[in-house]
Amino acid sequence: MIEIKNITKQFGKLTALNGLSLTLNKGECIALIGPNGCGKTTLIKSILGMVLPDKGDIFFEGKNIKNDNEYRRHIGYMPQIGRYPENMTIGQVIDMIKGIRHAHEVLDNSLYEQFEIGNMLDKKMRTLSGGTTQKVSATLAFLFQPKVLILDEPTAGLDPIASEVLKTKILEAREKGCLVLITSHLLSELEDIVSQVIFMQEGNLVLHKDTEDLKVATGQDTIARSIVHLLKEGKL
Amino acid sequence: MIRILKYVAIDILKNKIVIAYTIMLALFSWSAFSLEDNSSKGLLTVLNIVLLTVPLVSVLFSTIYVYNSNEFIELLVSHPVKRSMIWKALFIGLSLSLVTAYVIGVGIPLLIFADWATGLIMILSGALLSVIFVAIAFLSCIVTRDKAKGIGVSIMLWLYFALLFDGLVLFLFFQFADYPIEKVVVFLSALSPIDLCRILILLRLDVSAMMGYTGAIFKNFFGNNIGLVFSFSLLALWIIVPFFFSLRKFKKKDL
Repeated sequence: MIEIKNITKQFGKLTALNGLSLTLNKGECIALIGPNGCGKTTLIKSILGMVLPDKGDIFFEGKNIKNDNEYRRHIGYMPQIGRYPENMTIGQVIDMIKGIRHAHEVLDNSLYEQFEIGNMLDKKMRTLSGGTTQKVSATLAFLFQPKVLILDEPTAGLDPIASEVLKTKILEAREKGCLVLITSHLLSELEDIVSQVIFMQEGNLVLHKDTEDLKVATGQDTIARSIVHLLKEGKL
Repeated sequence: MIRILKYVAIDILKNKIVIAYTIMLALFSWSAFSLEDNSSKGLLTVLNIVLLTVPLVSVLFSTIYVYNSNEFIELLVSHPVKRSMIWKALFIGLSLSLVTAYVIGVGIPLLIFADWATGLIMILSGALLSVIFVAIAFLSCIVTRDKAKGIGVSIMLWLYFALLFDGLVLFLFFQFADYPIEKVVVFLSALSPIDLCRILILLRLDVSAMMGYTGAIFKNFFGNNIGLVFSFSLLALWIIVPFFFSLRKFKKKDL
């Protein structure tokens, strides 16, 4: 569904992505992990067209995303730190996105209802706590029933109940055949959601495997232990 | 783009600064015209205020507004929206609101007190001046990510065009007074949009007679219809070139 070919991105002297190639398929739920500053967010932003790679191409359903924006109609993005126009209210932000996307899809309001966004439509974005901002981001990401979900640290800052609601929602999306890409540092959180793991280091792809294969290969029973095992063995 | 423009326009209106700016301009112009006994003098006062304040307000307000729209831009780029549309919508939104403020604030008293042709030329050049400085603001916003630096660049550019450039031309004029440099001066004044506007309007007033030989050269060059078309195209160029460069850079910007 998404094909990344040899993309390189440099910020000054720092190489954020170093000739990375990847193929992400439909129906997978992929955990994107790696140490801080390894290029995860840059990779995600490249897929979204927010960061333009210096070299290489990205294809969405076979079409090069360069100079295209319509493909983003099929992506729901939840940023790590949601930044919204400060003096708009939650209601205005949601209305604006609806208006700008000019959506024909049937809207998925389940997160909107479960997070009780309706009760705080008049709150200004700048007064929101980190967790509430995350809830707004999550609602917007799922609202248009996208084929691809890109979630950057989705559960960071969410309370346990909201976090559980979101996880259920992610599983639901995966069952519907969406491609889900999640970055997180809490491997235990991802345990029962993900089907593939991608490990990045210093802009390079070091591992891309099915979780089951990974567990078998390392002889461990969880993803977290498998990764730790590989790190200890020096194989990553 | 109309959809994005709608949100930008609503946001600027809610800001209220543009409304305050309209009222200020209206106060200035009405009092200038009612204090002076002849309309030509009033026009000169208004001209001086317009040439100083309109560029300043346009450039500063736009620079700060664009920096503050960072979140708005970031929010929109992850949705199916063309990047250039966002930038154009911001530009048109800002230009429209500043031009409207100018036309309401200064245009109405101009049409009442000054003669029609002069009034229209002044409305047109003031409106162009507003848009020019919005375009310059967009350029300084895109050259640096640092807000303080960007605003600094904007203020410097305003100082240069509004005050420094005049001084430089005058200095040249005095230094080379013995040489026939009138034509050079005509060319030089085209390099600053503010000076261009000033000349355009001064030529329509009686005071141009006091500008001596240079005035005559100016009149010869800018006073006829071809000169008028030429100077308005130059002013249009002052909008297109900075905005085009900023747009090109914005399309490649990492957000």
